[in-house]
Amino acid sequence: MSNALSRLLATRPWLMADGATGTNLFNMGLSSGDAPEMWNADQPEKIRTLYRLAVDAGSDIFLTNSFGGNASRLKLHNAQARVHELNRLAAALGREVADAAGRPVVVAGSVGPTGDIFAPMGTLTHALAVEMFHEQAEGLKAGGADVLWVETISAPEEFKAAAEAALLAGMPWCGTMSFDTAGRTMMGVTSAQLAALVEKLPNPPIAFGANCGVGASDLMRTILGFVAAGTERPIIAKGNAGIPKYHEGHIHYDGTPELMAEYAVLARDAGARIIGGCCGTMPDHLKAMRAALETRPPGPRPTVEDIAARLGGYSSASDGTGDDEGPVRERRGRRRS
Amino acid sequence: MADDDIILSELSDDDLVLQMHDDLYDGLKEEIEEGVGILLERGWTPYDVLTRALVAGMTIVGADFRDGILFVPEVLLAANAMKGGMAILKPLLIATGAPRMGKMVIGTVKGDIHDIGKNLVAMMMEGAGFEVVDLGINNAVEKYLEALEREGADILGMSALLTTTMPYMKVVIDTLKEKGLRENYIVLVGGAPLNEEFGRAIGADAYCRDAAVAVETAKSFIARKHNALRA
Repeated sequence: MSNALSRLLATRPWLMADGATGTNLFNMGLSSGDAPEMWNADQPEKIRTLYRLAVDAGSDIFLTNSFGGNASRLKLHNAQARVHELNRLAAALGREVADAAGRPVVVAGSVGPTGDIFAPMGTLTHALAVEMFHEQAEGLKAGGADVLWVETISAPEEFKAAAEAALLAGMPWCGTMSFDTAGRTMMGVTSAQLAALVEKLPNPPIAFGANCGVGASDLMRTILGFVAAGTERPIIAKGNAGIPKYHEGHIHYDGTPELMAEYAVLARDAGARIIGGCCGTMPDHLKAMRAALETRPPGPRPTVEDIAARLGGYSSASDGTGDDEGPVRERRGRRRS
Repeated sequence: MADDDIILSELSDDDLVLQMHDDLYDGLKEEIEEGVGILLERGWTPYDVLTRALVAGMTIVGADFRDGILFVPEVLLAANAMKGGMAILKPLLIATGAPRMGKMVIGTVKGDIHDIGKNLVAMMMEGAGFEVVDLGINNAVEKYLEALEREGADILGMSALLTTTMPYMKVVIDTLKEKGLRENYIVLVGGAPLNEEFGRAIGADAYCRDAAVAVETAKSFIARKHNALRA
């Protein structure tokens, strides 16, 4: 237990993670289409501000500005040669802010998906994915990240490749998937399948869970799925602040700080140990979440009905787990192979 | 198990078509290519093979994707099998002057480089028999307009994953309106953060929740267009 995250988890019932990175950076003037990671080199003070916003709002953990910092994503900006540099800077700026916080704050090195599809349908292979994630992990490690934070993954192959990269870099890690398609990830992974997958890895994550996705209700149903799978591992809940709405020329997420506070308490009562937001979650949301987690007494584990009543309905009838595995199509004869 | 093997050439037309629907569902490219060849040998028109065997089969795949029974990996395999069949049919369809399903110009909007959803829609649209011109990522309004005109397209498809790039769809639609071109095209929009309300607010014809819905929506708009022309 030599890492900052495990030490904090050992002393506290829950930890609060951070909120949105992109939404905050766009508010600071990032143009859409630009790689946020460039700001680690070009606008370091804005990245420090981004991190401080989360720390000042009460986050115990914040994610570095390195989500798209793998070679495949940076290549879209012709910056594939700067993977190590941009990740090192993302973590180093984080280290500065965390060390000045006056309390233990974990710098989590964000690792997002490559955006590529695995062979045979796509071009990505396990070896290639491991190589890209490992390159990124070494940069984050050099900058002083406490843990790697693999997030918004939808393919199990990619999750495994990121785990292997963490092993190669000798880094503790956390991993979350995005369950945005009828309760599953885009690639069809259920909450129960992810809970089983993490235990089969040679280097299981410190904590695992769900981030992004559809809205707070769907994300909470996924959390209940992890719990039902009987996991003993700390669960991460990082949901979006509602659903984006178009309003007079710009977009805002419809989740209020009050709703996110409700979500945070429900996530804790459901059994999540690490609770944060994702897209649309601003400092005001985080403050409300922190206050609610500190002041509202623990309650019984909510049911799917409780969640719908307090946060709103679900985007699909089933999440593909348990007795309700969803419909199956009857076919003629057998599969030919 | 040898006695379980299905010999495609021994099936009746009806059974073969049903088997091809299953084979598409299971993403079996070689079997689809073989089935297409057999139906053509039996004197089917390329258009009938396309619509009754392939498009009908992909409609089932699309419905199950929409309903959360199939997920992206299975759909990609099915689309790949479909592509195998289409490669055989395409020159024959052109040679026989078969009716066109319609042509779509598609791309992610300026500032948005997230293309998995757009790629899925392109694949499913091709799977449904549409011609697709894929402009790739990060498209400015001029690029959409130029491609629509050059290709004689029926449909414009725009995709965005970021809340910050979604509003650009309105810029494209407003430009079409200004130039008096809006009515020439069916405009479909999609992407994870969008919803129906947004689609209406920016003046698109429809928001499509996923690739399967995009195909069904495109089909129904094209059918309406044909009916309107006939009336």
